[in-house]
Amino acid sequence: MTDGGLPAHLDGFVRAVREAGIPVGISAAVDAAQVLTAVDLLDREQLRHGLAAVLLQRAAQRQTYDVLFDLWWPLSDRPEVPAEDGDDVEAVPDDGSTDAERQAALAAQLREELLRRLLDGDEEALRRFARLAVDQLGQGQPSASGQSFFSYRVLRALSPDTLVSQLLDGLLGGADRGGLAEQVARQTVRERLAAFRAAVEAEVRRRSAAERGRDRVARTAVKPLADQVDFLRAQSADLAELRRSVAPLARRLAARLSAKRRMGREGRLDFRRTVRASLATGGVPVVTHHKPRTVHKPELVVLCDISGSVAGFSHFTLMLTQALREHFSGVRAFAFVDSTDEVTRFFAPGADVADAVQRIGREAEVVTFDGHSDYGNALGVFAERWASAVGPKTSLLVLGDGRTNYRQPGLPVLADLVRRSRSAYWLNPEPARLWGSGDSAADRYAEVIPMIEVRNAAQLADFVTTL
Amino acid sequence: MTHAQQAARFADVADVSARLAAAGYLPDAQIATTVFLADRLGKPLLVEGPAGTGKTELAKALATATSSDLIRLQCYEGLDEARALYEWNYKKQLLRIQASQGTDGADWGELHDDVFGEEFLLSRPLLTAIRREDPTVLLIDETDKADVEVEGLLLEVLSDFQVTIPEIGTIVATRRPMVVLTSNATRELSEALKRRCLYLALDYPSAEREREIVLSRVPELAPALAEQLVRTVRALRAMELKKSPSISETLDWAQTLLALGLDTLGNDEVRETLGVVLKHASDQTRAAAELRLN
Repeated sequence: MTDGGLPAHLDGFVRAVREAGIPVGISAAVDAAQVLTAVDLLDREQLRHGLAAVLLQRAAQRQTYDVLFDLWWPLSDRPEVPAEDGDDVEAVPDDGSTDAERQAALAAQLREELLRRLLDGDEEALRRFARLAVDQLGQGQPSASGQSFFSYRVLRALSPDTLVSQLLDGLLGGADRGGLAEQVARQTVRERLAAFRAAVEAEVRRRSAAERGRDRVARTAVKPLADQVDFLRAQSADLAELRRSVAPLARRLAARLSAKRRMGREGRLDFRRTVRASLATGGVPVVTHHKPRTVHKPELVVLCDISGSVAGFSHFTLMLTQALREHFSGVRAFAFVDSTDEVTRFFAPGADVADAVQRIGREAEVVTFDGHSDYGNALGVFAERWASAVGPKTSLLVLGDGRTNYRQPGLPVLADLVRRSRSAYWLNPEPARLWGSGDSAADRYAEVIPMIEVRNAAQLADFVTTL
Repeated sequence: MTHAQQAARFADVADVSARLAAAGYLPDAQIATTVFLADRLGKPLLVEGPAGTGKTELAKALATATSSDLIRLQCYEGLDEARALYEWNYKKQLLRIQASQGTDGADWGELHDDVFGEEFLLSRPLLTAIRREDPTVLLIDETDKADVEVEGLLLEVLSDFQVTIPEIGTIVATRRPMVVLTSNATRELSEALKRRCLYLALDYPSAEREREIVLSRVPELAPALAEQLVRTVRALRAMELKKSPSISETLDWAQTLLALGLDTLGNDEVRETLGVVLKHASDQTRAAAELRLN
């Protein structure tokens, strides 16, 4: 704990939470101090949940918060591990065998122990075991800066992934493989292995924090929030996370868009209904009735670059297109690499997005030449074949990085499309400072169409609210 | 501080757990701690999470546990002050004025005081909750469905627990209700509203807790079958479905198995009853394929 006692420690924690990108206002910080007076400080979980209740505003922030909490309010260094049943690992006989052999024997013993714990499924016991495993197996070479611990050492020594088949046998308890039972058991195994891995990582972080200082560990351990992940750098794990975040995002966007359609002033006075209603109030028209306004149905045309360089981005935007399709009939989607094809049919309501993306790759005619982006040709094909798609009621949305491979950018075609549409935007997943560098024609496109930097889900949400 | 004067409803976190459990709601450590703090700090509780994770249920259980009455404000698009707070009964006022036109000597001032009196005030949930003298739990359900303007209205009510009616004056809560707001996160609530609330993110429960919930709600179910059921539901949730099965759907499934007299959950049973948990045709095909039902 720091010199200033509990308040200063709390202050440091709040600041770390802020630095991780979770906005914590002054009032929330004050509330946090109040929480300390209300909860049982000896109960760590109470403190964790209590502080979370005042510091967080969104469910997505919880993961980051938990990592930081474990660093700032760590478990004590001497856990109650040795007192546990069956933890007889200390008793590896010292019969003069070499270090490597002893290490191997230890690993084998722990592996058996791990199998037992995983089959058992008691999370608390599993966490305790993870701490023990890190202690026994995770040590790296001691260096001048102190002892360091690595999760990969633990995971390599125990190789939990190779336990899957034994675990399945254990969970199925002699039942037949295949079919429902196996799939369900597999899921259980996946969950427990993930829990073990997370526990090992948390313990390694805790120990590293004790060695190297928690500020340094916090900076590297905290992953960016899902909606802050850069589309172009998204790993497949991030993409899965993004996919989960797109559903509520799309629902939010759709709700906002449709709200805009429905809100606004009511239509002309419905004289007949008003007079009839006034009979209840002695002929005084207290409540007026109006005819519903004829709503302008937004038509959206999405033109999406699906070449390899923007794969993460286009996948995300296609999911968004799909979600919008479920709420608006007037959405048409076009995809292009070096040629353009309409892909609306792949996004029938109820269709699966991952499936649709695959089918687009297989069935749509988006590549005619060499599979590298050719904006000039793609725009040309679009303007020629689907000239009627863009009209005075249409909003045009172009999604792509504007990297033309030094080919014709097709500026006049785009300018013409923009002129014919009601509104047009280009969403670019590249940072604005890179526009126009190398083969990017983004700066030239930006002269004929409003170009918006959309590098992550948060920026996309910002954009759509202004739509 | 005003809310300090209010007697606390719960002694400690364990007390919250015990009393909610007695009311038929099994809270985990997070829920119990947050509810306890909401009571201690006198702040509204904002519960956010996917549909069917027991948000509304929590408010109902809270009302039972603290022997309070539940007042519910269901939010929807287009909800306004007149539906949420109070409204003057125009029609009745009008009748009153028309009725007094015949009689002589009816002074306008008198009449004015009369038509803007208690008798002509239609109290809506927010005002009702504030004026009540008995213990009250105020549930503001699906806050995210309401328009942004309603949030402004809530801010005033939730921070001071008072309502100003120009013709009558300011009505201050004599006994602060316990407030629970729920949201499905279809839109982001305003920062100002979130700042005044304690935040509780409700997600699907852990396997252990879900099994306990199933067994407490459907006690006739065999524990082994409950275990199997919960694990199957978790496997379904791990898939990318349009609508993941929620706790209430797990309970429905348990009821269904019971009603059909099934005592195991094998391929055939799941295939036949999948409609209870998955409500989209595409989800059902997908689940059937991934669980290798055929």
